[in-house]
Amino acid sequence: MIVRRKSGWQSSLGLGLGLVTAITMAIGLYLGLVWAPEDAIQGNAQRIFYIHVPMAWVAFLAFGVVFLAAILYLWQRSLIWDQIARSSAEIGLVFTTLVLVTGSFWGRPIWGTWWTWDARLTTTLLLWFIFLGYFMIRAYAGDRGRAATYSAVIGIIGFFDVPIIYLSVDWWRTLHPQAVISVTSANMPGQMVVALMVCLLAFTLFYLYLMVQKLGIERTKDRLIDYQYALSEREAEGVTTA
Amino acid sequence: MRDGLGKISIIVWKDLLTEIRTKELLGGMFIFAVLTIITFNFAFDMTGTGKAASGAGAMWVAFNFAGFLGLGRSISLERDKGSFDGLLLCPVDRGTIFLGKFIGNLLFITLVEVISVPIFAALFDLDVFQPLLILALFLGTLGFAAVGTLLAVMAASTRSREVLLPVLMFPILLPVVIASVRATTLILTRQTNDLSAWLNLLGAYDVLFLAISYAVFDRVVEE
Amino acid sequence: MNVSPLESQVLASESEAAPAPRVPRVKISKLTKRYERRGVLRSIDLELYPGERVALLGANGAGKTTLLRILATLSRPTSGTVSIAGHLTHKAAQAVRAQVGVVAHQPYLYEDLTAEENLRFFARMYSVADERSRIDEILFMVGLIARRGDRVGTFSRGMQQRLAIGRAILHKPALLLLDEPDSGLDREGARALERILGYQRTTEGTVLMTTHDLRFGLSAADRVLLLENGKIVLDAPAPTLDEDELDERLSRR
Repeated sequence: MIVRRKSGWQSSLGLGLGLVTAITMAIGLYLGLVWAPEDAIQGNAQRIFYIHVPMAWVAFLAFGVVFLAAILYLWQRSLIWDQIARSSAEIGLVFTTLVLVTGSFWGRPIWGTWWTWDARLTTTLLLWFIFLGYFMIRAYAGDRGRAATYSAVIGIIGFFDVPIIYLSVDWWRTLHPQAVISVTSANMPGQMVVALMVCLLAFTLFYLYLMVQKLGIERTKDRLIDYQYALSEREAEGVTTA
Repeated sequence: MRDGLGKISIIVWKDLLTEIRTKELLGGMFIFAVLTIITFNFAFDMTGTGKAASGAGAMWVAFNFAGFLGLGRSISLERDKGSFDGLLLCPVDRGTIFLGKFIGNLLFITLVEVISVPIFAALFDLDVFQPLLILALFLGTLGFAAVGTLLAVMAASTRSREVLLPVLMFPILLPVVIASVRATTLILTRQTNDLSAWLNLLGAYDVLFLAISYAVFDRVVEE
Repeated sequence: MNVSPLESQVLASESEAAPAPRVPRVKISKLTKRYERRGVLRSIDLELYPGERVALLGANGAGKTTLLRILATLSRPTSGTVSIAGHLTHKAAQAVRAQVGVVAHQPYLYEDLTAEENLRFFARMYSVADERSRIDEILFMVGLIARRGDRVGTFSRGMQQRLAIGRAILHKPALLLLDEPDSGLDREGARALERILGYQRTTEGTVLMTTHDLRFGLSAADRVLLLENGKIVLDAPAPTLDEDELDERLSRR
């Protein structure tokens, strides 16, 4: 059996994607952190918005991908779907953590508090726990097939759960008035919108770049197990024919 | 269809009969619930104007904890002794097996609630004798039992199952907890204007997650 | 081949006269089972026929229990097909389960229920016709009529095994799988087992049993299979085999 080098098209894709991401990210960050006008109410602290919002977008995008891949895995039973799901889940977990952290750091100077139980924050926190559950069940499940199946179930249930969490917390707050927090001012000047759009694009590309890298790693892990199997089969053949 | 119902009821019959004979689960669940309530009494203000909200919260926390206990134990016992394989050998649709287990769990938790609620009412002078409360209890418990049965079966075949089950269930169940507690509070204080929204949310959640659990159960028990 | 119409007619009537080939009860084709890094069953081809009693021998870890579990539809093959009584396990699993009975190491019994209640539960689950009389029949066959109202938890291991055997044939399965049925059996149980194996034979039922006891295997079965490293290395009628040779082969691995 020949051990192949990483195939050509994968590394070119990774390189190309990385380059485009880096450029877009540079532009986006410049636009957001330098070019866009200062926020009337929040001042320069508001600029973290251009990183925080795209990261939240990526976290939920990643989760959406987990959901689709999970359904496909349960239906088709091919490992590629599980590889996609667990790669996206890991990226999603990291970005969710970052969202919570950046949100906290943003909130402190603006609202005077590290945390508040509004619908958006609470949903993001719960999303973090769902991702955690995803990996915990993988860790404790034992064999590869079970880990994939069980975590797929978590991915599917979690995905349906997230909007319901948002709804229920939102209602809880409106029927139970708490301090009103606004994340963005009512009308965003055009320049802010532009900066935000570019940052959203940049972070989406970043997600895709990370996915390509992570997927490559996960596929290699599974391929390693396949090689070990092939090796043990060779040995068994030797024994039986001996 | 008829045949399926027959099989569901025999599964429920078996679980009920076992529980009546051993009383392993219900006793523990009930004591757990009562102890939780007693603790809440000292942790929160259970007198005065806040008591309905605190009481509702205390009740649902107690029922959830008792529920975790019951779910975990009942499935674990079956898996450990290998009896679950005996169940899987039968020519019965896996979804049907799920429904049988689900209804059994639902009955157990409901039984604990039925006994506990009057006790709470007496201890804290809560206005519990309302038909709407029964509806809220039923809807809240249904969602819990549906997701709980599925996740308990998954957790039971892993290491560290006692820790895993609550960790998995907590984020999934949050909407049910919020909705149940809010609905219960409103009922206890007889403020029913926003009640339908919460009950609708519970109902939608129940239907959705019962359907999902039923659909994926087949893959979950596959080897 | 050029055949005149008259010749083909003759050929056709000749083949009609010949006995029809036996239809296998169990047909296993290229069955492979893999657990992540190691293979357990390696492309097994096997046919079992109605009325056969087959002993499956092999060292621990050779894959006997795995094979049984796959036949019982408790486990899915990694590749290959299994068909039992005309139904494919991956297409018609329920139909297969209705035709298979299993006696394993665990008794698959509920200890807090009585013998009768256990049988009633499984009779319902297997949609057994004439439930009441069938349960009586089974209890009689395994010699537990007197203890029908007692909780299984109070039974000795031998009695539990007997009830487990009874449970397995409740629905008159076309294929009976026994995982080391001779272990844990008391004298009554051995008699019950013999009775049941005989009954399976008369109803054209197939029996596949694993065992460590060579003497039991050779005496109880007509055909012996040896599973080694996930492959069937020996498939012969029991009378043609020598116990000592077999013992030596088994202990070699």
